[in-house]
Amino acid sequence: MYFSKETKDVSLRLTKKWEDEVQKTIKDNPDQKARFSTVSDLEINRLYTPNDIKDNNFAEDISVPGEYPYLRGNQVTGYRGRYWTFRMFSGMGSAQDTNQRWHLLLKQGQTGLSTAFDYPTLMGYDSDSPKALGEVGKCGVAIDTLEDFLALMDGIPIDKVTTSMTINPPATILWAMYCAAAEIKGVPLNKIGGTIQNDMLKEFIAQKTFMCPPEASVKLISDTIEFGTKYVPRWNTISISGYHIREAGSTAVQELAFTIRDGIEYVDDVVRRKGLNVDDIAPRLSFFFNSHIDFFEEICKMRAARRMWAKIMKERFGAKNPRSWWLRFHTQTAGCSLTAPQPYNNVVRTTIEALAAVLGGTQSLHTNSLDEVLCLPSEHAVEIALRTQQILAEETGVANTIDPLGGSYFIESLTNKMEEEAWEYIHKIDEMGGMIAAIEKGFPQMEIAESAYRFQRQLDAGEKIMVGVNKYATDAKHTIPLVDIDEKVGEEQIKRLKDVHRRRDNRAAAQNLHDIKNACKKGENVMPHCIAAVKNLVTLQEICDVYREVYGEYRDPGLY
Amino acid sequence: MPERKIRVMVAKPGLDGHDRGARVLARCFRDAGFEVIYTGCHQTAEQIAAAAIQEDVDLVGLSCLSGAHRALFPRVVELLREKDAADITVIGGGIIPEQDFPALYDAGIKAIFTPGASLDSIVEWIKTNIKPRA
Repeated sequence: MYFSKETKDVSLRLTKKWEDEVQKTIKDNPDQKARFSTVSDLEINRLYTPNDIKDNNFAEDISVPGEYPYLRGNQVTGYRGRYWTFRMFSGMGSAQDTNQRWHLLLKQGQTGLSTAFDYPTLMGYDSDSPKALGEVGKCGVAIDTLEDFLALMDGIPIDKVTTSMTINPPATILWAMYCAAAEIKGVPLNKIGGTIQNDMLKEFIAQKTFMCPPEASVKLISDTIEFGTKYVPRWNTISISGYHIREAGSTAVQELAFTIRDGIEYVDDVVRRKGLNVDDIAPRLSFFFNSHIDFFEEICKMRAARRMWAKIMKERFGAKNPRSWWLRFHTQTAGCSLTAPQPYNNVVRTTIEALAAVLGGTQSLHTNSLDEVLCLPSEHAVEIALRTQQILAEETGVANTIDPLGGSYFIESLTNKMEEEAWEYIHKIDEMGGMIAAIEKGFPQMEIAESAYRFQRQLDAGEKIMVGVNKYATDAKHTIPLVDIDEKVGEEQIKRLKDVHRRRDNRAAAQNLHDIKNACKKGENVMPHCIAAVKNLVTLQEICDVYREVYGEYRDPGLY
Repeated sequence: MPERKIRVMVAKPGLDGHDRGARVLARCFRDAGFEVIYTGCHQTAEQIAAAAIQEDVDLVGLSCLSGAHRALFPRVVELLREKDAADITVIGGGIIPEQDFPALYDAGIKAIFTPGASLDSIVEWIKTNIKPRA
């Protein structure tokens, strides 16, 4: 940043004086630790001064909100015009159970919906598959057919509320169900808004809900981006996610780098495969980050992400539309930072992480419930989590001004440092031939495994602290009520599915599946065929089985 | 002949993809001097039991964070018994509510480790309770 010669000289002189004082002081009162670092093990200095950011150029590197490189935010009015969307991720048991929870959350002031599906749905199996044993309705809601989906959306005004769906391999199918539901409700496709996660690269890297190999997976994603661009312009057809990368144990820099590099891979593919202009598709891209417990590191990560993406879109892809330069993102507080012992402390952790997301300029936020380390959130716990956001927005004043930490010597310096380290990773992956090639080498997977293991060792050695786990632990039992999903949910879901198979037009269903298979083989867009299929009550697994048959199945290489 | 090392298989039954704990433990067991086999995510109980027998392991460590442990952990023990491999010890870990412990112990799971368990405590349990077969 520009500082006058006088300021720089004074700063250097005073810093030198302060350093001398430090040396004197620590002789008698040594520091508590030999090294101070973030939760990601990034070393932090004792003090930051103007000299740490002297190379920053205000206009080029920092600027104002709504101006390139968007370090300080996309929106010119910040949160004054509109708060971030309070969007709680929820799904449990049957479609009816989840629908009930959604209505409760909307009544309590939630402003967007977010769907958690159960494992069989996430992995492309119907509830009656042998692979679904013990999993139906457990981690989220079970959806097999459009009928389940309509029950899920019952009474939800889909022309007004936006819905996010955490769905990856079968994203084409769940999105087709959403589009079909809109048609049935008489809402045109160009009026519906929402997000499908639909980011397969981070599945291979971290979350591990995969189905087909990477190349075919990315093809299906490009289908959705193309379809969205043409017919569903308010839909975010991908949410390029760092969240799961971080939960798998990456550092903040790795989360930043791998997520941004995944984004580059998707843009490359859709531009090449579909022949679309980068400015046509870029506004359909959205991102999703983790907000972990190391407050400043998270804020800097989010600021760096915006600046990096703006540079990539403008310089690497030559995007002309300023909207293409925006990195818009959802944030979830860090599940892996929560502790099972002393679970009420999780409210405090989530509050701090949510505050970091707000100061980092998130567009949308999920706050974890205190019991999420043990089970799906109870009504009571989820209400506290939602209220946490509302208190931050309405009481604390943190949303009064935009990017309040911008210009801080420390914040700007750490933002620069994280960006630099992330670029190094991006260049390395470029040299490997891109993210798919890097995944095939196991590169991001092993980098994350290394970081996760290092952190666990540091925890065991007491170098990193989790209160209530490796420090201040007690024998006291803090029992909290746990949500239990009844095994009956699975049985009833299977009954419903059997009934659908009996009732539907099986000839039409077979024709739909044939059409999807043809589209896959010819490399055509599957979306119109999926919408037609779900309307005839073709099941999720039936379509996924076609994908598996045509594209093959990806198996976990089991790297550690 | 040098003494045989303890052979451990780390496995993730069901559709759950939360493999951070499993992979950290696989590394930790390797560093502790065990022979480690990690079979990756998305294994059926049948695949796990078959692999455990084929690999001639002393211990199977199951990890599940999706809630499917109630059905899947006992199933692995049952299959090992059916195949005359009841001498392979099965332990488990993940998001497992305490209320489920009795049923899992009854089903033959020998130990359960939940979030917060240190790596050393798990290694220690194995060294105390598992003797490598001759």
